[in-house]
Amino acid sequence: MGDFAVPNLLPLPVLLPLLGAALALAFRRSDRLQRIVSIAALAGVVVVAAVLVWQTDASGPQVLWLGAWQEPLGISLVADRLSALMLLVSSVVTLLVLLFAIGQGHADSDDEVARETPLSIFHPTYLVLTAGVANAFLAGDLFNLFVGFEILLFSSYVLITLGGSASRIHAGTTYVVVSLLSSALFLIGIAATYAATGTVNLAQLAIRIGGLDSGVALVLQLCLLTAFAIKAAVFPMSAWLPDSYPTAPAPVTAVFAGLLTKVGVYAIIRTQTLLFPESPLTDLLLWAALLTMVIGILGAVSQSGLKRILSFTLVSHIGYMIFGIALSTQAGTAGAIFYVVHHIIIQTSLFLITGLVERIGGSTSLHRLGGLAMASPLLATLFFVSAMNLSGVPPFSGFLAKIGLVDAGIAVGTPLAWVVVAGGIVTSLLTLYALSKVWSQAFWRPLAEARQVAELAAEEAADEAEQFEQAELDAGRRPRGTTTITAAPTGVALAVDTSPRALPRMMLGATAAMTAVGLSITLVAGPLHAFTERAAADLRQRDPYVTSVLPEQVRR
Amino acid sequence: MTTLAPTGFESTLTPNITLVLVVVGLVAVGTALALDRSLVRVLLGMVLIGNGVAVLYLVVSGRAGRAPFVGEDPAAMSDPLPQAMVLTAIVISLATIGFLLALSYRLWQISGTDDVPDDAEDARIQRLARDDETSETYDRSEESTTTSDERAEAGESRG
Repeated sequence: MGDFAVPNLLPLPVLLPLLGAALALAFRRSDRLQRIVSIAALAGVVVVAAVLVWQTDASGPQVLWLGAWQEPLGISLVADRLSALMLLVSSVVTLLVLLFAIGQGHADSDDEVARETPLSIFHPTYLVLTAGVANAFLAGDLFNLFVGFEILLFSSYVLITLGGSASRIHAGTTYVVVSLLSSALFLIGIAATYAATGTVNLAQLAIRIGGLDSGVALVLQLCLLTAFAIKAAVFPMSAWLPDSYPTAPAPVTAVFAGLLTKVGVYAIIRTQTLLFPESPLTDLLLWAALLTMVIGILGAVSQSGLKRILSFTLVSHIGYMIFGIALSTQAGTAGAIFYVVHHIIIQTSLFLITGLVERIGGSTSLHRLGGLAMASPLLATLFFVSAMNLSGVPPFSGFLAKIGLVDAGIAVGTPLAWVVVAGGIVTSLLTLYALSKVWSQAFWRPLAEARQVAELAAEEAADEAEQFEQAELDAGRRPRGTTTITAAPTGVALAVDTSPRALPRMMLGATAAMTAVGLSITLVAGPLHAFTERAAADLRQRDPYVTSVLPEQVRR
Repeated sequence: MTTLAPTGFESTLTPNITLVLVVVGLVAVGTALALDRSLVRVLLGMVLIGNGVAVLYLVVSGRAGRAPFVGEDPAAMSDPLPQAMVLTAIVISLATIGFLLALSYRLWQISGTDDVPDDAEDARIQRLARDDETSETYDRSEESTTTSDERAEAGESRG
């Protein structure tokens, strides 16, 4: 492949899904055409991303100035090793989740679930979401990054409220308002950056921010960091996540959990390394990492719904990535990148497995599940492997990712770094605890026992709901006759059936493939680790990025 | 660590104090509204914050000047870049506000009120604390195996 073909690929990860979305919308009457279009578009992105990874590794960052304006006036798309790797992982994940969703649509086509999840809207929105994610990864300036965020956020608003049922609207409201607020903060950050430096191009900012007064630079850094931390769900800005993710349809939750927070993490990595390399905020970020890990996992331990447990582990494990970023050493950054790759895949596969659990068991509440290992040994195996992977049991990639970060933390060696290392290990153990609780209750315990516990829980919950309703009425918070959202599951409609629905092959296949990808990270850990080291070296040096984006005469 | 020499870029910006005050006012009022419980007020708050941010971009674009057309004297032009950015932001916030309006209408349809609902989980934990009960995850299934076996048998013999 000649060099001339290189830059031409850069817009494709954004354009292909957008084009696919338009076509999918045009074909909304035909499920089959929609599926073909969506799969083709996303498979195309996977190929392009794989080529980009190879190209950036072989010949440095790829740059495209759009619209042929004279640099540095136009908008630039940039793919360095980090962007290309993120793009590849995210496109593989979106493709597999799409297959899962199609399998679900197939299985539910004449079911009430189908009405709940209108597929004709799902495909175009999902494709726009992937376009937004790709745009955020490839953005070469702050404002284009903002646009990427908005594209993906807007499609996520639609996906999270799909079907407009009560619980989804409730969850969606919180989500939209929080996202709006973080977008406003991001805009303020961009305005302040432009006022201080006269540019929003990341490469130019890398040069100019160094010359700013340190106080001004700190304000810019805090503003951008806060905006990204809300999107990445870093404590104390993480409370929105466990409330909004669990209600969405399984494939939507899976792709949100895998990707959306990681786009925020990516933005933090990018700005911290490129714009603020001598960050005065190391300690602040280390505290944030520690609290995110520990408080997140304590939330997971105290939950009784599978989806909420996983949402809390998601928040908690964001802490590991922030830890790696906060260290601001090459090993730390490399560890963070490796962790992002591992976590995108493993968290998505766990949520896909949850989707299948919900199909078999009819619920994701641990009080109502039981005997799943008997009902579907394959699903149980997938869950077990993924759970062990997430909690960092050797030889899975979770272990390797955590070891990398622990190593980097010990190398830094400050007392606070040691504390966070210890916090990370405790978090890993607590993750194991939370997930083995799921294993022993939902998968391993006999059905009869599950039934009894469910009956007890249902009775108690009914009592509780009654009391709550009364309290609300007493407080005059709510007019009489309105429904309560906390209403407990009525009756003893037992979730676990003795003859569970067979799992659709396509959904199971997509989930198994996702888990297999997660396992394969262990196999390619050597090359992948070397790649993340090189990516981190690029990021720490900053030169490769800046010199390839800006021609010499405008490098100021 | 880095070989990039910082350049002496000097910002020539002199902020317009009136516009700054407008931004402060809009964002402050917007924040106050956004803290309300009614979703429509939150939404209005968001609109005001968005407008405040839009005006902030006018502050950022420096002194007012002529429209930036080709052929105009560059010294007399106003800075077009913040205007381009803020136009994008306005379009995006228009769409989002529209969506949020639809959401609050749907919320009203469903629950007869547009109050942002209590966080279900939060409410549950508060209730447990008030009643001084053990949490729901106090694991009933972790009672000794014998007890659960006995119960199972008792249940079977009864049924």
